Amino acid sequence: MTYLPKPKIHHPSLQRNRAGFIRRDYEGAISTLCAGCGHDSISAAIIQACWELDVQPHRVAKISGIGCSSKTPTYFLSASHGFNAVHGRMPSVLTGANLANRELMYLGISGDGDSASIGIGQFVHAIRRGVDMVYIVENNGVYGLTKGQFSATADAGSKSKKGAINNDAPIDMVGMALQLGASFVARGFSGDKAQLVPILKAAMSHKGASFVDVLSPCVAFNNHPGSTKSYDYVREHNHALCRMDFISKRDEITVDYPPGAVREVRQHDGSTLRLRKLPESHDTGDRVAAMNYLHECQARGEIVTGLLYVDPDAPDLHAHLETAPVAFNTLGEDELCPGAVRLESINAALR
Amino acid sequence: MTQATNPITATNDFVVKFANINGSGSASANELFAKCILRMGVPVSPRNIFPSNIQGLPTWYEVRVSEQGWLGRRGGYDLLVAMNPQTWDTDVAGLAPGGYLFYDNSKPLPKSKFRDDITVIGVPLTNIANGNWDDPRQRQLFKNIMYLGALSVLLGIERGVVVHLIGEQYKGKQALLDPNVHALDLGREYATQNLPPSGLQIERRDNVGDRIFVDGNSAAALGMVYGGASVCAWYPITPSSSLAEAFQKYCAKLRVDPETGKHRYAIVQAEDEIASIGMVTGAGWNGARAFTATSGPGISLMNEIIGLAYFAEIPVTIVDVQRGGPSTGMPTRTQQSDVAFCAHASHGDTNHVLLFPEDPHECFEFAAQALDLADRLQTPVFVLSDLDIGMNQRLCKPFEWDDARRYDRGKVLTAEDLEAGKAFGRYRDVDGDGIPYRTYPGTHPARGGYFTRGTSKNADARYSEKGEDYVENVQRLQRKLQNAKSLLPQPLLHQAPYPARHGAIHFGSTAPAMAEAIAKLDADGMHIDALRVRGYPFADSVRAFIDAHEQVFVVEQNRDAQLRGLLVEQFEIDPARLVPIVHYDGTPITARFIAKAIGERLGAADVRQIRDGKVA
Repeated sequence: MTYLPKPKIHHPSLQRNRAGFIRRDYEGAISTLCAGCGHDSISAAIIQACWELDVQPHRVAKISGIGCSSKTPTYFLSASHGFNAVHGRMPSVLTGANLANRELMYLGISGDGDSASIGIGQFVHAIRRGVDMVYIVENNGVYGLTKGQFSATADAGSKSKKGAINNDAPIDMVGMALQLGASFVARGFSGDKAQLVPILKAAMSHKGASFVDVLSPCVAFNNHPGSTKSYDYVREHNHALCRMDFISKRDEITVDYPPGAVREVRQHDGSTLRLRKLPESHDTGDRVAAMNYLHECQARGEIVTGLLYVDPDAPDLHAHLETAPVAFNTLGEDELCPGAVRLESINAALR
Repeated sequence: MTQATNPITATNDFVVKFANINGSGSASANELFAKCILRMGVPVSPRNIFPSNIQGLPTWYEVRVSEQGWLGRRGGYDLLVAMNPQTWDTDVAGLAPGGYLFYDNSKPLPKSKFRDDITVIGVPLTNIANGNWDDPRQRQLFKNIMYLGALSVLLGIERGVVVHLIGEQYKGKQALLDPNVHALDLGREYATQNLPPSGLQIERRDNVGDRIFVDGNSAAALGMVYGGASVCAWYPITPSSSLAEAFQKYCAKLRVDPETGKHRYAIVQAEDEIASIGMVTGAGWNGARAFTATSGPGISLMNEIIGLAYFAEIPVTIVDVQRGGPSTGMPTRTQQSDVAFCAHASHGDTNHVLLFPEDPHECFEFAAQALDLADRLQTPVFVLSDLDIGMNQRLCKPFEWDDARRYDRGKVLTAEDLEAGKAFGRYRDVDGDGIPYRTYPGTHPARGGYFTRGTSKNADARYSEKGEDYVENVQRLQRKLQNAKSLLPQPLLHQAPYPARHGAIHFGSTAPAMAEAIAKLDADGMHIDALRVRGYPFADSVRAFIDAHEQVFVVEQNRDAQLRGLLVEQFEIDPARLVPIVHYDGTPITARFIAKAIGERLGAADVRQIRDGKVA
């Protein structure tokens, strides 16, 4: 980590996006994580994605649990409200926040300890419910803040820094998210920003439960030979399913690939996901195929990255609950209180 | 029919106990019985005594008829409607001498199954039902209505009242109405032709007034609707599940946008209580009024997030419908045993606001008020109900709402406030009352954003592990809670007719038994003042009440005298001045119990001597 803050003064010529912000408006406090931490690259990708999407920072709520990953919301979008909740409980706090005001964008930031162990129940149920959110797991296979214990995503046979071998089967959160009904499922690698930024932009534009697992090596405790979450290992075994371009609805869609080489998915908000180098056999709209593909790659020892599945028209929790299309925190007595006359008739029925 | 030599005779003052089998459809017939008596202007208080079971185990329904209006459990019963062979022996053994045993005599029972000192009333319910219906389920259901019919004749309940109530129940469902009335008349006919009236009689009075008859869980749910709760997250647990279900039912009627049909509420059945409280906390953080309903085991699970809400200062409303302990913890029995636990729920130095409703009327009132208090104080607020109030219908004052009443959303800075340059530091004590200002997420593009976390922070919500920042913050929280005392429902004093040296403090569902006990003690010349506390932290007047009496009995429904412990803690009082009177077997406390316990302790001191200010 560095302890030298960047000056607050902006050069007047810095480029503004369509929302009127410069890129630095999306930054946060200086990271206190270790130098080279994958999580900082994810924060940088979030900043880049929000800047490119012209997001208004104050219309984002960033919610996390506990752990190294959960510290990161402090390091991006400083104008947004943030909530560092308790360990493993980000999903429920985010769900409640989303019910209270459906008009904000919700970034749920979690880690593999936070989401695959203590909070796995909440992860499961928030995904099942289709909460409109971007659920990012910064996955390093290790408990960093408590100094190097295995997490539940550590592969069987992988070696800890101290030399212990993990014998427990790993939890694959991507596979779980697919099985649980997430309507957008992708995996990224903190070392591949070119792939990660469009994934995050697509996830942020998606309406419904977006799940993004990002492999994010822990330089302090899980970046050694024998680890399957190290920079070297992930680079060697990364199987990028496809390359994705994110095209917002205002961009002109130009096709510069031969037909058949690209597949386009139009999202609910009008944006388009252009998938390149997608294997002929893979259909991102087929959940079962996505699960099969994931497991096939896994069996070959490959870590599949990229967009695995998207359902651009999936209903979210608010659709299931048939809630009125307003922020509940703006409702007052007129909308919420049935009044004294109605109460008198209720009384009458109870006599 | 056999007749006791000394049968009980009583008009409008007796207890009927129905012994049934769970799942036999008896509940609605029994409820109808209680309502008939109410419609004749005579107060009743019914209590369900039921097992943790859906079908097959014994269940009882006790109806206390009291012209005087005593609504606490009396203890004992004068008429037993014995419909459950499993519990026959103990049920019959418990009947008061001179009491009445009503049973289905379709099959003969040996003489050893009866007692000599009671009146036995047999009606061949099964035989009549079998002669009238073929479907076994119908035979069972109509048997219940038939015993209601027979009882109405025996006790002098007017047929018109019963028919009218059945009509209300099956309004627009003629196919159900007619056979029910037919069953009623079969029971009535048999009793009229074969049985003499019993010594227990209902006579018309006008003692019910405009009171309503409702259970506390429904009342609390309605209070949440009126109080403006828009988010409810819950996990099923007896005895609180019916609260969330009632909220759903009321919202469907009262909270749907008439034009679009869309809901102005969101109810989520969570995966557990941890998630419930997490959702409520997230919603409260984001500016919606949110609540959860649970019971003790749920509170246990919620502890960590309750602490987070306390330290992060997020409005959260929790209704705890109290029961016994964890696991198979007497889930269908009542207690007041979460008081100390809720007052200090979670780790670290925490302290929470508690409200103690006495009946459904206050459940409604306190539910709505809890939402205001949570917003005003930016902290968790508990409504401590219990199974006795929550799951039993209780006669109480009608619900009231003043349309001029505005929700108190507390100290919230708007975009205009921020635009006007109002300084903002999330945890600064600007007004000196310990309550800081907050902003809802998404309010202003450049101002008012902050980061919410537990205790590592300074007054401007920046990350800090400095000792002085921590101390300043938790001392402010302490001031905030102390200042809250004046905002809570104040204690209510019942003054004895003569100056009293002794006082009693009680709370919640103990109230009706306490009122009756005081009347009994008064009649015996033992006068005590009574104070019903309705909120915690306790008001200063509670201290004054204790100081004004030589000795104060603290009456509660738990083993450890938990409220007494909180009194000692808050006021730093000599514990010897507070005498615990505790009742905790899972049944509601009775006036007999309280009067006996207090009477015995007062026995030594001749309290009559101060009646006229001189020795009598």
